[in-house]
Amino acid sequence: MIGFATRRLLQAVIVMLVVALLAFTMFRFVGDPINQMVGIETSIEEREALRERLGLNDPIAVQFYRFISKAARFDFGTSYQFRQPVSELFAKRIPATLELSLTSALFALIVGIPMGIYAGLNRESPISKLFLSVSLVGISLPTFFIGILLIFLFSVTLQWLPSFGRGETVQIGSWWTTGFLTVSGLKALILPSITLGLYQMTLIMRLIRAEMLEVIRTDYIKFARARGLPDRLVHFRHALKNTLVPVITITGLQLGAIIAFATITETVFQWPGMGLMFLQAVQNVDIPIMSAYLLLTAFLFVAINYIVDMLYFFIDPRLRVGRP
Amino acid sequence: MPYVSNEEAKAAVADRSGSQEAPGRLSKIVDSDLFHSFLRSKVTVVAACGTFILFLLAILAPWVAPHNPFDLASISIMDARVPPVWMEYSDPSFLLGTDDQGRDLLSGIFYGMRISLIVGFCSVIAAAVLGITLGLVAGYMGGRTDAVIMRIADVQLTFPAILIALLIDGVANGIFGSLDREVFAFYILIVSLALSFWVQYARTVRGSTMVEKNKEYVQAARVIGIPSVIIMARHILPNVMGPVMVIATINLALAIVTEATLSFLGVGMPPTQPSLGTLIAVGNDFLYSGEWWIAIFPGLALALLVLNVNLLGDWLRDALNPKLR
Repeated sequence: MIGFATRRLLQAVIVMLVVALLAFTMFRFVGDPINQMVGIETSIEEREALRERLGLNDPIAVQFYRFISKAARFDFGTSYQFRQPVSELFAKRIPATLELSLTSALFALIVGIPMGIYAGLNRESPISKLFLSVSLVGISLPTFFIGILLIFLFSVTLQWLPSFGRGETVQIGSWWTTGFLTVSGLKALILPSITLGLYQMTLIMRLIRAEMLEVIRTDYIKFARARGLPDRLVHFRHALKNTLVPVITITGLQLGAIIAFATITETVFQWPGMGLMFLQAVQNVDIPIMSAYLLLTAFLFVAINYIVDMLYFFIDPRLRVGRP
Repeated sequence: MPYVSNEEAKAAVADRSGSQEAPGRLSKIVDSDLFHSFLRSKVTVVAACGTFILFLLAILAPWVAPHNPFDLASISIMDARVPPVWMEYSDPSFLLGTDDQGRDLLSGIFYGMRISLIVGFCSVIAAAVLGITLGLVAGYMGGRTDAVIMRIADVQLTFPAILIALLIDGVANGIFGSLDREVFAFYILIVSLALSFWVQYARTVRGSTMVEKNKEYVQAARVIGIPSVIIMARHILPNVMGPVMVIATINLALAIVTEATLSFLGVGMPPTQPSLGTLIAVGNDFLYSGEWWIAIFPGLALALLVLNVNLLGDWLRDALNPKLR
């Protein structure tokens, strides 16, 4: 167990180092950092002095080390567009993205699991077939187009829900702002979370359905039925429990995907989160923000992957046997 | 591409019903398991027809489109934002209405689909070539080469493709500057999509290569002194191509969606060469002012295209059923 954990941890660290190298290469070599900092009238001597002072003439390895140690302290440099420290910009926008991601993950689970259970238990019913067809359409519609359709339907035509922004937010603590506590904030959350969560919802639904179909055929379920246990107990106590293992893993892994796809949803709904800022950085070649976003999301993904791997180990006893 | 064989198969049916038993290859296709499973699934037949029609419309866009949206002489700003024919104030010559510059939307969709498909096919081919090459090399060489290539693949698999494509696109724009954007956009897009999608091919091909390389025909080839490159390209490659075809079909839909997303986000195809995604991005600005058709129709066309290709890919995966994912 400990050997497995450390081995995976080592792999995770290597992945992070590779990503950091990429981010550093971007940061250092795409566009001259000096050009971004000084005006046109700065003389060559002054530029050289600045270059020396910032340590841009040091060996690359030293610079890379400095980049990493700074990044570990959340110092990602200054944004070219906003002339503000990148870490402050991110801190302001992280709450928006996390609240959106969390709500859509909850939406996906709360709607997806019951739909999957129903479709798995009543395989031939027309409602199950409807669920499946809808899920196929959900997978084929690009995220951004789902957002546009929802805006068109609920904001433009029916005018029920807002189509952009977070609504009113409430400040909690020194830097966290939340939209959960106001009516307009909650209303503003609805469309973006559905847009973002729809794909995950269909995924979870199909997964639960497939697992259910498989589990229902196993001997212990037949035996439970033979013992005369009521259907409700067989389905939820015995069958559902065993379908949840893959769901936990997939949900964990999809959390990373949700945060990545938040970029698209945030653009469609002008949601003031990290993704929107990243996209604007891509459009304006704001390298410090891009490399910081790369590092941050990479860290999130690697951390989630690691936790899911470890969880697997705890949930599924079969994994524990074969390994040294 | 796999569905070409479907079309061939359909042609074969037409051929057979027309006159005599089709000889040789055609009858082989008609009698194959694949074709029988194709006919058994009605959804797939419909999807194949739909894909065929959409592809045809895209390929023949210059001849079937009622207007040429790129011909500046024929478009007039006076025709801008004309609604579809069934609404008030419409113009019968614009079936689905016009966009903000007076271009016919239906023709725009045909041309946009053409560009989407070109980008989709090119990037799938580029990703497949890159992935197959790396997979062959990794599987055949083994050892350290294998370890390095596969670790890179593992790292990349942690990230969603769309993020990688966005990053590559952003960096490329930083290097090339924005002035040559219109010239380079197409190539940047292909490269970023290829670099985001190669991993799946590489992993699959590596797996099958490792199986194939221990078989007798490879050992025999090695014994008589054929160079490794030729063994890989001539002898192993044809035997590992089956699963690649399935991945390619599924990835075509994915590539089209990703391209559309990038274009929608403003980092893909420029408005001078609009793909479906670019059209939707343009239309999105007019959604609030009531001109919904400029965004919705290209979006529906995109969804239809992707749905059909997806259905076809799903069926192909189940029909050939190599346990890949």
